[in-house]
Amino acid sequence: MNQRSRQNLVLIGNGMAGMRTIEELLKLEPEKYNITVFGEEPYGNYNRIMLSPVLANEKTLEEVMLNDDDWYRQNNIRFEKGNKVTEIHRTRKEVTAEDGTVVPYDKLLIATGSTSFMLPLPGADKYGVIGFRDVKDVDTMVEAAQHYKKAVVIGGGLLGLEAANGLMKQGMDVTVVHIMSTLMERQLDEPAAKMLQASLEEKGMKFLMDHQTEEILGDERVSGLRFTDGSEIDADLLVMAVGIKPNIELAQHAGLHCERGIVVSDTMQTFDPSIYSVGECVQHRGVTYGLVAPLFEQAKVAANHLAELGYARYEGTVTSTMLKVTGIDLFSAGDFHGDEDTDELLFHDVAGGTYKKLVIRNNKIIGCCLYGDTIDGTWYFQMMKDGTDISDFRNTVLFGQAHLGDAGHGDETRVANMPDESEICGCNGICKGDIVTAITKKKLFTLDEVRAHTKASASCGSCTGLVESLLAHTLGGDYSEAPSKKPLCGCTELTHDEVRVGIRKLGLKDHDDVFKSLDWKTDDGCAVCRQAINYYLLCEYPEYNDPESRFINERAHGNIQKDGTYSVVPRMFGGVCTPKDLRAIADVADKFDVPEMKVTGGQRIDMFGVKKEDLPAMWKDLSEAGFVSGHAYGKAMRTCKTCVGDTWCRMGTQDSTGLGIKLEELTWGSWMPHKYKLAVSGCPRNCAEATIKDFGVVCVDSGYEIHVGGNGGIKVRVTDFLIKVDTEQEVLEYCGAFSQFYREDAHYLERTAPWIERVGLDKIKAAILEDEENRKALYERFLISQKPAQIDPWKERAEGVEANQFKAIKIKA
Amino acid sequence: MNDWLEITNLEEIPVLGSRVVETDTVNIAIFRGKNDAVYAIKDACPHKNGPLSQGIMHGDSVTCPLHNWKISLTSGEALGPDEGCTNVYETKVEDGKVYLRNSI
Repeated sequence: MNQRSRQNLVLIGNGMAGMRTIEELLKLEPEKYNITVFGEEPYGNYNRIMLSPVLANEKTLEEVMLNDDDWYRQNNIRFEKGNKVTEIHRTRKEVTAEDGTVVPYDKLLIATGSTSFMLPLPGADKYGVIGFRDVKDVDTMVEAAQHYKKAVVIGGGLLGLEAANGLMKQGMDVTVVHIMSTLMERQLDEPAAKMLQASLEEKGMKFLMDHQTEEILGDERVSGLRFTDGSEIDADLLVMAVGIKPNIELAQHAGLHCERGIVVSDTMQTFDPSIYSVGECVQHRGVTYGLVAPLFEQAKVAANHLAELGYARYEGTVTSTMLKVTGIDLFSAGDFHGDEDTDELLFHDVAGGTYKKLVIRNNKIIGCCLYGDTIDGTWYFQMMKDGTDISDFRNTVLFGQAHLGDAGHGDETRVANMPDESEICGCNGICKGDIVTAITKKKLFTLDEVRAHTKASASCGSCTGLVESLLAHTLGGDYSEAPSKKPLCGCTELTHDEVRVGIRKLGLKDHDDVFKSLDWKTDDGCAVCRQAINYYLLCEYPEYNDPESRFINERAHGNIQKDGTYSVVPRMFGGVCTPKDLRAIADVADKFDVPEMKVTGGQRIDMFGVKKEDLPAMWKDLSEAGFVSGHAYGKAMRTCKTCVGDTWCRMGTQDSTGLGIKLEELTWGSWMPHKYKLAVSGCPRNCAEATIKDFGVVCVDSGYEIHVGGNGGIKVRVTDFLIKVDTEQEVLEYCGAFSQFYREDAHYLERTAPWIERVGLDKIKAAILEDEENRKALYERFLISQKPAQIDPWKERAEGVEANQFKAIKIKA
Repeated sequence: MNDWLEITNLEEIPVLGSRVVETDTVNIAIFRGKNDAVYAIKDACPHKNGPLSQGIMHGDSVTCPLHNWKISLTSGEALGPDEGCTNVYETKVEDGKVYLRNSI
């Protein structure tokens, strides 16, 4: 598209919300608009939430700049720096700036933000009385710190405390004046607020609680304050941090409907359809926001509509709060006071400086307030947004997610106090310092960005909570993590569930159908969504398979190793074998020079270091000896571990080995959302470890206990007891039904343990225990899907299926 | 000496899939896009030498099977925040046959 045929987009306000919208728009439609940006401040856009660290001397202004002049040039954006728009002419569709510049628009985006609310006190116009909102305010404070000693901050909220902390770091003697009896009353309850006050006092901050200012004293410059009780205090600098006020004058003057903020719809449109608005200046569903996360969600939606995609909606944001003061860990979200219908879970260690409170209604978290140990803040917040039923782990939830035993992180929970060199991501060897540097130097805002840049938490994911806490702590103030609605991948705005519903409702038959009907942003998806869609389609249509949309392990039917060779694991039903079986495996290993063999945890034998071209011939020999694929490489049913049972064991109560074989014969070959393991123990001593399997059976004298949703691995989870049954046939039916319910309901790459924690055991009980008809239907569907799944992929390929992928083309060159 | 080496029939490469070409010195992954564009890239990821031929192809890039680096099939460069580059080779398709420029 040439420059002339483009439409004109004008942005008023180059703050975080406006510029984020432009960035999102450039990602979607880089060539749709000629863009002009007006910014009142004489800077490129900077990260406003990092002003506190700038004031506290922990960062420089350069470090918090997001887009410099070069960026505007590179993206062909006309940047009217330091030029304030004074008028919007809606009928002529033009804006006029202070210096007389007139720019026409087809679409206008207003992101004028907010200003500090200044108390209308006598004397508020004296020198040395400022707000805390922009770089100019920071400059004034730094300057004042060089010449003056005593600073007073009015306002014991988030912003006030951050300003006070910064001024203290600048060497000033700081007193915080607060009208209420406790600090941050909108974010903290009384005990947490008292602990916060005590730690800040220890750092040297002074407080005057329950004090209301009556007058600001001094001649030209402020010299002190007088309170309503008649007392006075000296002050050379007075910072008012009592709240923010949306900047709506410009919009109001142009005749746009405003209340407290500029009123916008769910599409971020004002009452004039060609004018959009985002950020702290807007009022959406009656709410104005002063935090970053909502702004970013709004930016995404506005960009979607400016790009004329037209499907995104903003439905409001649940926000959480952290305080950006070094060495203080504090997190709060939701309704942390509660009422007569709520319960409180409380942990209060005064000496240890830890306070945790969760407010629960109907077994769901509706609010939390943490002090001292905030590592689980993001976890609680996620459960709050998801409406997770916590009844199953209500008695341990206060001890946090790590309480269940995260492998690899010890008991480290306080990110604020960790040294820079402490390792956060054990998989990739990433330390705290690396992550913090990447967040600040590369201006990262989201978990996904941190993963992309540092790889921290991008492998096994067990340190996700730590990385989120670090992100929150580094960004501080108003960070709140990932949006509540998480798209499947960057190719779509739809979630896993929405894609699945789309496939079912619209009867979509293949990948292209999904991409087209569900408005994929890319032509053929990416490595993430293609695999997920492949799974969802094969779950609907058991014959479906798109090999090029499968991870290499499932395409080559072996596990790719770091040197590009594969491992081969033949299935041994229930772990049982004969000398003939072992001899056959030994012969195959000899014939193909297998460099290493190992007995696996799943009671079978792994042969490592096999070249891809040798796989079909090896499978042919194994197939002739009676083996089928062990699917040790797939998001699939893996093994059924068994103990010897009553045939040999003097403790055994049932034939656990025999039942294990029957279960494995029923389920082998089944593709699953993630790996899926079974076990049968012959007595409650549980030698087969059935209570940490996806589906476990513990035999007792009077029958069979069925347990579900356990796993070893990163986060060990013990199974939930599902039901006790009398016969092996019932075990098989429950196994098929549970497996199928998991296949149809869980997200791709979600194991049974997190799935059950997400949807709740009650949902599974309702589907399988309470509804017999549904159980039988699930079992039936499982059997149908098993028909094509139990065609051995090794035998097929030994006979020539997909032969090309195993054969290299050899040329002389 | 012939400038172009005949490799295989286009039909022998699956759409959005690859084949490995072995030469005396180097392994090359040949990819076929949705629109039948053919790309040739050294079969070694700039990160840890992962076999790119075994990755999932999308658009004109491939995701390495070992650690999910995304590599451009047109430039050989790592995409996104990762940094690194591997060799790419010129290809052409004529009468349903795939050719590779003899520059190896």
